[in-house]
Amino acid sequence: MPQISQLSETYASQIFWALIFFGFVFFVIGRGMVPKVMATVASRDKQIADDLAAAEAARRAADEADAKWKGEAADQRANAQAVIAAAKADAAKAAEARLAAAGATIDARLAEADARIATARQGALAEIETVASEAAGDIVARLAGISVDAGAARAAVKEVLHG
Amino acid sequence: MAAEQGSVDPMHQFKIEPLFGTDHLSLFGHNIAFTNSSLWMLITTVAITVFVAGGMKRQLVPGRWQMAVESMTGFIDNLLAANVGPAGKKYVPYIFSLFMFILFANLLGLLPLALVGVHPFTFTSHFSVTGVLAILSFAIVLIVGFARHGLHFFSLFVPHGTPVWLLWLIPFIELISFLVRPFSLALRLFVAMMAGHVLLEVLSSFVITSANSGVLWGSVVGIPSFLLMIAICALEFLVAGIQAYVFALLTSLYLNDAENLH
Repeated sequence: MPQISQLSETYASQIFWALIFFGFVFFVIGRGMVPKVMATVASRDKQIADDLAAAEAARRAADEADAKWKGEAADQRANAQAVIAAAKADAAKAAEARLAAAGATIDARLAEADARIATARQGALAEIETVASEAAGDIVARLAGISVDAGAARAAVKEVLHG
Repeated sequence: MAAEQGSVDPMHQFKIEPLFGTDHLSLFGHNIAFTNSSLWMLITTVAITVFVAGGMKRQLVPGRWQMAVESMTGFIDNLLAANVGPAGKKYVPYIFSLFMFILFANLLGLLPLALVGVHPFTFTSHFSVTGVLAILSFAIVLIVGFARHGLHFFSLFVPHGTPVWLLWLIPFIELISFLVRPFSLALRLFVAMMAGHVLLEVLSSFVITSANSGVLWGSVVGIPSFLLMIAICALEFLVAGIQAYVFALLTSLYLNDAENLH
């Protein structure tokens, strides 16, 4: 077994080179490189955790904004309904007022027209009387040869016309 | 040489040979020849360096290689978090180095490089190397334990709920189990790696010898042995990972004792 039979001549070399190379592995790789590798892993883990936290915060903010927006939308819809109702009521009132004004105007014009008709009729009647009395005077003068007084003729016509 | 006798020496693969004429390289009177064992430590170190450096792009969205490296560091991080708790974070460099060093050594030693004429050498099958790693781990446990808890660290030898009338025995048993730790760490890895490699070599010698002795024995002994070798190769890959994991896991459990006592 060379491990034992060669021990006395090789132990120093074995121990020396083992310490040299293991020392190199420990100081250069273990102490030099491994912490950097682990720092990379740690920074990646931290970044992932941070990103997840940021995403969670953003999601929560989005939820809040959504809820707020929904509340605002409901408020605005209620406002709009109120405005529409008010506008409807106003329009109805205005229409009513205009109708009333228009009715009054029409009534006034009707009354004026009635008055004009009555005046015209009065005038027409008076003219008919004059014409009828002149015609009656003429007829009497022609038929009976009597000249009738204009006043008497008018009185006679009035009597006939008005019974 | 055993190979010259027509059979395979299953122990030859563990032989340490100085390379590049460094036989007499010495430091303070100790021979520190650069051996095939040292060469494979170098290859292991280079392989780990390439592997981890490939994952240093530090991209936010990792590529495959970076993902692989990050999963290894994450694995060790989780291991320490589960066994030591938050205080285990500072041991990640050490446990990671330990785990990767043993894992790459085990796996590189299993490469079928003999096909291209190179003999892979598994330095974790030498207790002179596993012993260094085990003593390092044990020393760290002792240093951390005494630095954090002072002499109170000795209360490790009196577990919670020890009956008073057993106080003369339990600390003694605990002390022995504590002192055995570096040996169990070193020997477990060394034995597991050596046993697997010996088994593969023995089976391969069955295949070669039976095939040489004719069609009958070649088919009766050689083919089943070859099939068994394939299965054991798969098992060895599993063992390579498990032993590295066990070494890292036990070290982190011992560190837990040192950090948190009971």
